[in-house]
Amino acid sequence: MEPAADAHDPRTFTMDGRDVPFEAGQTVLRAALAAGRYVPHLCYHPEFDPHGSCKLCTVKLNGRTVASCTTLARAGDEVESDTPELQELRRNLVQFLFVEGNHFCPSCERSGSCTLQAVAYDLGVMAEHFSPFFPDRPIDASHPDVLLDFNRCILCELCVRASAEVDGKHVFALSGRGAQKHLIVNAESGRLADTRLAVEDKAMDVCPVGVILRKRRGFLVPIGERKYDQRSIREIATANAGSSARPPAAREP
Amino acid sequence: MSRDLSAILAKYEQDPLRLVQILRSVVAEDGYVSKETITAIAERLALPRGRVEGVAGFYAFLPTEDVGRYRVLFSDNVTDRMAGSVELRERMQEAFGVRLGEVSRDGLVSIGTTSCTGLCDQGPAMLINGRAIPRLTRARVGAISAMIHGRAPIETWPLNLFEVHSNVLRKDALLSTPLEPGAAIDAALARGPESTIEEVKRSTLRGRGGAGFSTGSKWELCRAAPGEARYVVCNADEGEPGTFKDRALLADYADLVFEGMTVAAFAIGAKRGFLYLRAEYPFLLEPLEATLADRRRRGLLGEAIRGVAGFDFDIEIHVGAGAYVCGEESALIESLEGKRGIPRNRPPYPVTHGYRQAPTIVNNVETLALAAMVVRHGHQWLRARGAGKSAGTKLMSVSGDVERPGVYELPFGVTVREVLEAAGARSVQAVQVGGPSGTLLSPSELGRRLMFDDVPTAGAFMVFDDSRDILQVLENFATFFAHESCGFCTPCRVGTALQRRMASALAKGFGTRRDVKDLARVARVMRASSHCGLGATAGNVALDALEKFRPAFDRRLGTLEVMPTFDLDRSLAPAREVAGRDDEQAHLRREEER
Repeated sequence: MEPAADAHDPRTFTMDGRDVPFEAGQTVLRAALAAGRYVPHLCYHPEFDPHGSCKLCTVKLNGRTVASCTTLARAGDEVESDTPELQELRRNLVQFLFVEGNHFCPSCERSGSCTLQAVAYDLGVMAEHFSPFFPDRPIDASHPDVLLDFNRCILCELCVRASAEVDGKHVFALSGRGAQKHLIVNAESGRLADTRLAVEDKAMDVCPVGVILRKRRGFLVPIGERKYDQRSIREIATANAGSSARPPAAREP
Repeated sequence: MSRDLSAILAKYEQDPLRLVQILRSVVAEDGYVSKETITAIAERLALPRGRVEGVAGFYAFLPTEDVGRYRVLFSDNVTDRMAGSVELRERMQEAFGVRLGEVSRDGLVSIGTTSCTGLCDQGPAMLINGRAIPRLTRARVGAISAMIHGRAPIETWPLNLFEVHSNVLRKDALLSTPLEPGAAIDAALARGPESTIEEVKRSTLRGRGGAGFSTGSKWELCRAAPGEARYVVCNADEGEPGTFKDRALLADYADLVFEGMTVAAFAIGAKRGFLYLRAEYPFLLEPLEATLADRRRRGLLGEAIRGVAGFDFDIEIHVGAGAYVCGEESALIESLEGKRGIPRNRPPYPVTHGYRQAPTIVNNVETLALAAMVVRHGHQWLRARGAGKSAGTKLMSVSGDVERPGVYELPFGVTVREVLEAAGARSVQAVQVGGPSGTLLSPSELGRRLMFDDVPTAGAFMVFDDSRDILQVLENFATFFAHESCGFCTPCRVGTALQRRMASALAKGFGTRRDVKDLARVARVMRASSHCGLGATAGNVALDALEKFRPAFDRRLGTLEVMPTFDLDRSLAPAREVAGRDDEQAHLRREEER
């Protein structure tokens, strides 16, 4: 067990040869992002406990692959992240997610503000490589204000977590397993209209892809002016770098 | 109107932690869990409805739709197939006019497949309404079909149908050294908890479930972990295809296993224990409960065990519901807590944060039996056998193309060839050691040794002679992993599905060179980034097969880089169904079939 460290005691691990400072109890991913070092990720959200399911943030820690979002930083650890091997692994994982669902970016309301799309661009994923599964996933338009398009779900469980932990409503849950795993809503009818979801809910705003959509708001922001059209996901994810108690160490290799 | 749940909920004290047991009881009575029942259970347990639906949707034996009055599931391990299960299943489907996984129109019967039921030494096997029937033949399936047609309640079927043999064919130290019930407990009491753990550590006993962690160290870590309550869990979720040695151990040596659990409880300071029994072994439940009752009567369980004030310990049997991943210790604990069996993020490990976040040891059935012996007979008892860092003996479940399939107790370090000779194997083409997640060996490797430091194994040993098709073996294992992936992490959820698709295409002769390359690519992704051992090992067999049986792939490959990976004729099936035709004119034939 790692001895509890003084939160003000600056400690560092190295990532791709450069020092990354961290605070006690911080994960490798959180410390890296705070230091302005981008590690691709999808299911991680700063307001929630790490989940560890998308595996995009996989790094090598002292030679062993681990998910950086669930691994606590330890002084002296050597982390590899931006290597050809790990970037190739991440490209494959993104391809896995694309072929698993039905992702038709040109017709998707979230194109340009979709995290999956932005991460794919960041990694340089040019094609799906594997032939798609084309799963049959009917949409749910029963709710007066919200549309659910399950075709794009990447099973990150952020809506499940937000609805349970923040909204206290448990609107979303998961059923099935393996490739049949799918998002369900908390109603005997299986219809979103019969749940307590409201447009003000936190669960409305955490979906990294285009599953949970507000009705009558489609294409309000034109394509080309959306979140990741302005700045890359790399810039946005590390925008708060240096805002922690300590400046990041600036030692170049 | 929803059904009355009072009796079931009362039996499980309306405890949300026992949700899986509650749902199992509903299925036992109703055949499935209806939407209305899910709502009612959620209300009574004060759980979100989606949580209950999600748990039911996770386990193979908790159907949420009507599966007919008789639910027939043929065990679909490669050994069942080798023994003719596909033909038997198709005949039965024909007899009832149902397709795979479909319910007959009169609601009488559904026929499907299920992952290995642990009866590989006496297959083909099936489960019918959760009850196991081994040694299927045309005659047996005919008799079963007749009783279904006659709507005879399963309770009235001849008992010999359900008879499962232990098939222990070789006994060594563990199975032939007698141990009086209570003798190991007395030895532990005489030593005290610390010395008991020390003795287990000195024996160098390592976990028999496959991972091989030091049992004594696990107990020591758990004892040292802060916490009010502690738990002992016996992992009897023997789900690795080809493994059935715990079945034999629990059938013939239950007292010894419970003795081991009680010794472990004394060592770590636990008051409660669980035996997590896989659902495929329902025939063991009653005898195990009887053994527990007997031990309570004899003062070997309950309060003040052996008259020692404060030494209180009892064991509860928790029956699984069809999920291989629950053999992973943290997924098993999730399942024990009435949840979907998703492996937890580790650390923390169960020894500090296990059942209800309390320090918990999870040990394999065989490990606990051995621990009892070590505590009674001393560390030298174990170390007298074995090799290298693998002390003692190992129970092997031998099946496939051998004359004498069954359970063999052999010392660690035994060569693959020696096992083959003991079981009577000829013209060996390949041996799968440790199940689909283990190692595929070629004939040039028969001198390798079964031990942690060479070919590690939890006990599965499946033999394929030279008449078998390695690509069909691969397809079977790939199908297994795709069916059993919990779906939590991307690499395993998607990787196992991709692997199944490619293995199936290759086995059917639709594979391309690109599929061969991608098979290795997917296996590497799963190995590098999966959340737990299931995904990390799901590509082992593909990588082994590609390395050691490459000609089998090349023979089946098309010459093109890209080839249609679908069967044109099969793609016309929906059109045939709509047209109500199945005659020759409604089929396309491939050239070579004409």
